[in-house]
Amino acid sequence: MQMHEWLEQEDLLRKKGDSIVGGYPYGFMDDGAKKDIRRSILKAVAIPGYQVPYGSREMPIARGWGTGGIQITLSLITPDDILKVIDQGCDGSVNAVNIKKFIQAVADVQITNDTLAATVVQTRHRIPEEAMSAGQILVLQVPYPEALREVEASEAETRRMHAEADYSRMWLYLYEDIVNYGEITISYRYPVTVNGRYIMDPSPIPRWDVPKLHMAETLFLFGAGREKRIYAIPPHTTVEPLEFEDHTFRVEDFSGKSCARCGATDTFLDEVIENAGGDRVHYCSDSGYCDKRSA
Amino acid sequence: MEPLIRIRGLSKRFGNGCNRCLSATGPEFETNMCPHCGSVVACNDVSFDLFKNEALGIVGESGSGKSTLVRLLHFEWDATDGSMEIQRNAGLDTMPELFADGDLYSRNLLGLSPFQKRQVRNALMGIVYQNPFLGLRMNVSSGGNIAERLLGAGWRNIGKMRKRAAELLEKTEIPLDRMDEPPKNFSGGMQQRVQIAKALSNNPLILYLDEVTTGLDLSVQARVLDLIRTLQSEYKLSLLVVSHDLGVINLLCQRTMVMKYGRVVEAGLTDQILQDPQHKYTQLLVASQL
Amino acid sequence: MLTVKELSKDFTLHILGEKNIAACRDVSFNVPKGGFLGLSGPSGAGKSTVLKCIYRTYLPSSGAVWYDSAEYGRIDLAILPDRAVIDIRTREMGYVSQFLKVIPRVSALDVVMEPILARNGVSREEARSRAVGLLKRLRIPDHLFDAYPATFSGGEQQRINIAHAVSWKPRLLLLDEPTASLDSGSVDLVLELLKELREEGTTMIGIFHDSELMASVTDSIFTIS
Repeated sequence: MQMHEWLEQEDLLRKKGDSIVGGYPYGFMDDGAKKDIRRSILKAVAIPGYQVPYGSREMPIARGWGTGGIQITLSLITPDDILKVIDQGCDGSVNAVNIKKFIQAVADVQITNDTLAATVVQTRHRIPEEAMSAGQILVLQVPYPEALREVEASEAETRRMHAEADYSRMWLYLYEDIVNYGEITISYRYPVTVNGRYIMDPSPIPRWDVPKLHMAETLFLFGAGREKRIYAIPPHTTVEPLEFEDHTFRVEDFSGKSCARCGATDTFLDEVIENAGGDRVHYCSDSGYCDKRSA
Repeated sequence: MEPLIRIRGLSKRFGNGCNRCLSATGPEFETNMCPHCGSVVACNDVSFDLFKNEALGIVGESGSGKSTLVRLLHFEWDATDGSMEIQRNAGLDTMPELFADGDLYSRNLLGLSPFQKRQVRNALMGIVYQNPFLGLRMNVSSGGNIAERLLGAGWRNIGKMRKRAAELLEKTEIPLDRMDEPPKNFSGGMQQRVQIAKALSNNPLILYLDEVTTGLDLSVQARVLDLIRTLQSEYKLSLLVVSHDLGVINLLCQRTMVMKYGRVVEAGLTDQILQDPQHKYTQLLVASQL
Repeated sequence: MLTVKELSKDFTLHILGEKNIAACRDVSFNVPKGGFLGLSGPSGAGKSTVLKCIYRTYLPSSGAVWYDSAEYGRIDLAILPDRAVIDIRTREMGYVSQFLKVIPRVSALDVVMEPILARNGVSREEARSRAVGLLKRLRIPDHLFDAYPATFSGGEQQRINIAHAVSWKPRLLLLDEPTASLDSGSVDLVLELLKELREEGTTMIGIFHDSELMASVTDSIFTIS
């Protein structure tokens, strides 16, 4: 959509009155704020894996509840978009529902649970099971954008480490993990090397989702509202989990288990205690996909 | 024979400085702090060559600038002035961009970007500090401390790194069953030996030793010095030995520089420095030996 | 081979109120290739000072020490850069002091082997067998080979010292009372070694407290007044 079309639509919406909440502009943020965030996104896309600092705006929800992802979504969204929002794979969780309601109210977009139908997917801690395509954007909410924070408390120092690609301490952390526990114990927020240069925190997605970032068709945008950072993985970019030649990266093992609802054996499963007797069953974490398969 | 590295005019000033700093500090004035502006001239106009497989001593009391010199040459601090050049084919084959066509020596290494300096350091240098807390991660296993340098040099095989760490710890006489223990559990002498193992892990050409035996018991000092002597001849290392202890310098070094208030007051063969000291301060230093 | 020309050495003791001590004054002599020059003179005349100036343990105050180096050609040791002096010491010039400078915790055998290994480019086995041969000739008991010389008697230490200095067959050898602490039997062994070394071409300058002994081993004597 061209800018002038957008502005015309915004005018139109404003005239309609009832689609705009409390007189806010289209997309809640003013144009200056959106431009600012889009510029940060462009920079992030240009330097894959690099954390671009940006002026995180106040949202009508608390920081730490997805404000980074919301700001990215709102700065990009147009009335033609079809939005899907999930929280740990689920379309129906409170957080996801509230974000959907908010964005719908301020941007008048269509909502879907179908990954393949969406143009923008905002997510917390999961990547949908169904492979996304070139026309789609996945926006990930990020609580802690700094992958090196585990080994270095100082922001000035982690920035220097990124600048100089001085990552031996991150690698040392994994080495010690293997020495102490026989394997790398990181289960989510698994650090990755993007485009052979920056070590990046992929947000708290399970290891299961990490390979989906590698040489993908889709643009991945990461927003950390509280920490005021935006970063990105453009399509067709290498994303390699940190691993050793003799201790390679592995995803979660669900062999022998399947979804109690749709029967899937090739999805990321959540373990649920089903009844007072303590019986454990598994369900697809991606509810939209499970629905589709069960229908 | 051409030197391995050439140091020229190396200077470090802390503070803004003024045009009288240099004319009002140094051994003649018995201070390195400029009385006019309060800046500290930590070292000034230090020039020397370091050859392959030689041990050069730098002796002087606290505040003479000898440790500053090592910090500058290890790229930990930025020099105010001066140059450091390395001979072509000295082990920087991976960084041909440092050498202009036909030149035997590199461009000034002190002017490189932090990233390049890190590469040069990883390829060429090792350092052992007086305080093991500076050289070791006390909460990381001893093997991990060594692995860190290997990881920095691009090693990505746990088994191979552990093998290399075991070799180095064996060389430095650390029992292998303590490889996965952190150095904080070790005695001072053992920590120094882990530091040495770590410093050697990347096969450096140049090893900086900054007061490595200061603060250790005499018998422990002796073992550490023996180890350094053995390793130097085995690996053909160039050592820069910083010490206030003439005994250490005498044992390890063929050539020695004497520093005082940031200046080199005398440089010569170690036996000449000890038996025929020229400068007043060196004579005092030699006369004060136990 | 070696020409000392108007060599003088003064010590200025800054910490004793700029006191000046003249250790030797205008010394000039010449040693031909393969020659053995004895230095004589009263105690305090500066014999050791001259040797130390040649070896550059002392910095000559004035004068020249011309030496025909195999590596560098004709050079003045008095003003040669430190690094080149080290090179000359490593490849060509040896020095035997009155006493062994004990390197702590290095065995007798290693003391003698070290210069052979470092200089002659032979295998460890070859160096070891040469060193063992030398120690045996100097009648060092076998059981002391692996012991630290710090624990040896003065005579044993001095024999180790001499073995260390001659083991690598230097081109020029400076001897400062090498036999002072030896019994007469050991003196003969050492003189025998020096004789062999000369036959192999080593040029020598020596100080001996025993003037008869000096006359018997040297082929000329220079007296410092």
